[in-house]
Amino acid sequence: MAEIVSMPKLGFDMAEGTLVRWVVPEGGEVAKGNVLAEIETDKATVEVESSFTGVVLRHLVQQGTPVPVGDPIAVVGEAGEEVDLASLGVGEGAAPAPATEQPEIAAEETTAPPASEESKPESKPEGEPEAEEIPGLPDGVRASPLARRMAEDLGIALSKVKGSGPQGRIIKQDIEEYKKQPTPAAAPVSAPSPAVVPQPVFSTVGSPPPDETVPLTRLRAAIGRRMVEAKVQVPHFYITHDYDMAPVMEMRAQINALLPDGEKLSVNDFVVKAVALALRQFPNLNASLGDGAIIRHGQVNVGVAVAVEGGLLTVVCRDADRKPLRQISLEVSTMAKKARDGKVRPDDIEGSTFSISNLGMFDVDFFTAIINPPEAAILAVGSAREVPVVVDGEIKPGIRMKATLSVDHRVSDGAEGARFLQALELYLHEPLRLML
Amino acid sequence: MARITMREAISQALWEEMERDPNVFILGEEVGVWGGTYAVTKGFYDHFGPERVKDTPIAEAAIIGGAIGAALTGLRPVAELMTINFAFSAFDHIVNEAAKLHYMFGGQFVLPMVIRTVGGGGRQLGATHSQTPDAIFAHFPGLKVVAPGTPEDAKGLLKSAIRSNDPILFIEHATLYQVRGEVPDGDYTTPIGVSKVQRPGKDVTIVTYSKMLEISTKAADQLAKEGIEVEIVDLRSLRPLDMGPVLESFKKTNRAVVVEEGWKSYGVGSEVVSRIYEEAFDYVDAPIQRVAQKEVPLPYNRALEQMALPQVEDVIRAVKEVL
Repeated sequence: MAEIVSMPKLGFDMAEGTLVRWVVPEGGEVAKGNVLAEIETDKATVEVESSFTGVVLRHLVQQGTPVPVGDPIAVVGEAGEEVDLASLGVGEGAAPAPATEQPEIAAEETTAPPASEESKPESKPEGEPEAEEIPGLPDGVRASPLARRMAEDLGIALSKVKGSGPQGRIIKQDIEEYKKQPTPAAAPVSAPSPAVVPQPVFSTVGSPPPDETVPLTRLRAAIGRRMVEAKVQVPHFYITHDYDMAPVMEMRAQINALLPDGEKLSVNDFVVKAVALALRQFPNLNASLGDGAIIRHGQVNVGVAVAVEGGLLTVVCRDADRKPLRQISLEVSTMAKKARDGKVRPDDIEGSTFSISNLGMFDVDFFTAIINPPEAAILAVGSAREVPVVVDGEIKPGIRMKATLSVDHRVSDGAEGARFLQALELYLHEPLRLML
Repeated sequence: MARITMREAISQALWEEMERDPNVFILGEEVGVWGGTYAVTKGFYDHFGPERVKDTPIAEAAIIGGAIGAALTGLRPVAELMTINFAFSAFDHIVNEAAKLHYMFGGQFVLPMVIRTVGGGGRQLGATHSQTPDAIFAHFPGLKVVAPGTPEDAKGLLKSAIRSNDPILFIEHATLYQVRGEVPDGDYTTPIGVSKVQRPGKDVTIVTYSKMLEISTKAADQLAKEGIEVEIVDLRSLRPLDMGPVLESFKKTNRAVVVEEGWKSYGVGSEVVSRIYEEAFDYVDAPIQRVAQKEVPLPYNRALEQMALPQVEDVIRAVKEVL
């Protein structure tokens, strides 16, 4: 019997998504859980999984069409089955209308992948075997459910793992063996974003170029909307603290000497863990303002802002207060990479209770950040730099890092914010505490 | 500990419970003067007398109907159906009355009755006398279905069944009566609805019960010689079905084979495998295999009968399939 696949709700504030690409064409087979299409939401490009197994009988929307959450997008059923939209509760009005306006584009897009597809580097470091994609299987690979879960937990791309099971199925043992191999530079995302140092240009000769109009992407528009909302509705105040980072830098050097390339810890990883532990002591800052009440969250889920093409996303390290540094590091770098590739899952970007924005890799002294609603606070982290410091009346070289806390004044006050920053110092000053 | 046969274990359980509680009595075809078709009640008639060891007409519906009436009025009948194949003649009484009266009358009655019966093939008794329809009975809420695989469990579970206030179908296996095993001395009971790890291992989980425990154990012995350590979980009762030890074992081994004597379609394996997929999907490292009877009415011819029944080699093959 034919079934309707609808536009899923992939985030608490998602109202609609643009169907950017059909992964399975009409007439193609699809299994429950397989990727049916890619959609672009305000935040990211994500994959829509089919809720049924069968043959895609009909695409109900064209590529490039924005679709409200819950509206039907496709019919899946048995091969050769007649599609009676009326009996499925789909009005003919929902059928593919926009085709008339942009038939060429639609036709083109079915053959050519959309822009996001081209721009993504498709994570193929040289020298790594990449299994051939098997259409119709989740992620295009044959893998046991256990192997899938292990790969996800460890941040391993299944396409890189060689399967030893029947029909090349990736099984637990394969993941375990893969894990043992030294990882060949899985992008040393120490900082949430790769720092590109701008190169100087020479002054232009001749007439200046004409003005350029760049339409807002959905991400740009969403950031704009949310930031206006935050700045207008949330009374921010800011506190800056100067941290002695010599102990962290020393410990980081010791630890990184033991870790292979690609798994080395960043300064930000230490900051995430320290913030998470400090938040345990300051539940009021790990909170959000609800209807007439402050909701202090039980979980400490630290969001880390990641610069992506044309905007930024906040990836979420859940229960950061309970995770070891290496795990935090691996999770954040994996999610950051997915964010940059436009492949984040809703889970990666939803549910943070406090955010960190780190511009340390851009040689920034300090800056202030806008709170990410509904959170109560955000920490803006500058660079750890060598500076002259006064120790016992003498000027000595030291390593200092400034961090600025933005707080929602409706939830908390200056004294609490300042005490939180002091508490953070306890961890950064004795980073061994982050290991306990 | 004494090493006794399954027959002796079941017989002891009955004897001890009849001595213990005067409300316990036996009824069934040839259970009295003859001593039972499988000689389980030999000597009972002389000791306990015709009041408590009742021979009945060849009328299964009457046996179960009578047992239900006796249970409703406070006795603890142990009705014997010569084989489970004859339970179909009493199907209505079993699933529509015994399984439901307590529920339909707001708990006014309890039905402390046990239906002892014999299932399984392998004795050249033909298609109508060799079936393993355990799953059919386990389908009905309100009826507990117990099927032991060792003398120790048979004695302990039967004693629990007789002392229970619920209607219980107690399925013995026709080819297990001569099997010997250690049985604890003295009075003991084994709780109904608790699965048991009968053999520890780390590589693959076999889920099974009754006669197939014996087959699976033989397979495990052979696999052990190849270095494959099989963990065997014995369900012991099909309703209530205790998946705890099964899931615990599966989360350790990530691989499973379910071995049952009945047909594969809609069988015990179907249920167990579904539950594993529902509750431990993320631990699945290979498709779970089912070993079951070939989907034909069981042949009479000895060679064909053995081919249709699950054999040690089938279990070994399935284990290697999931490894």
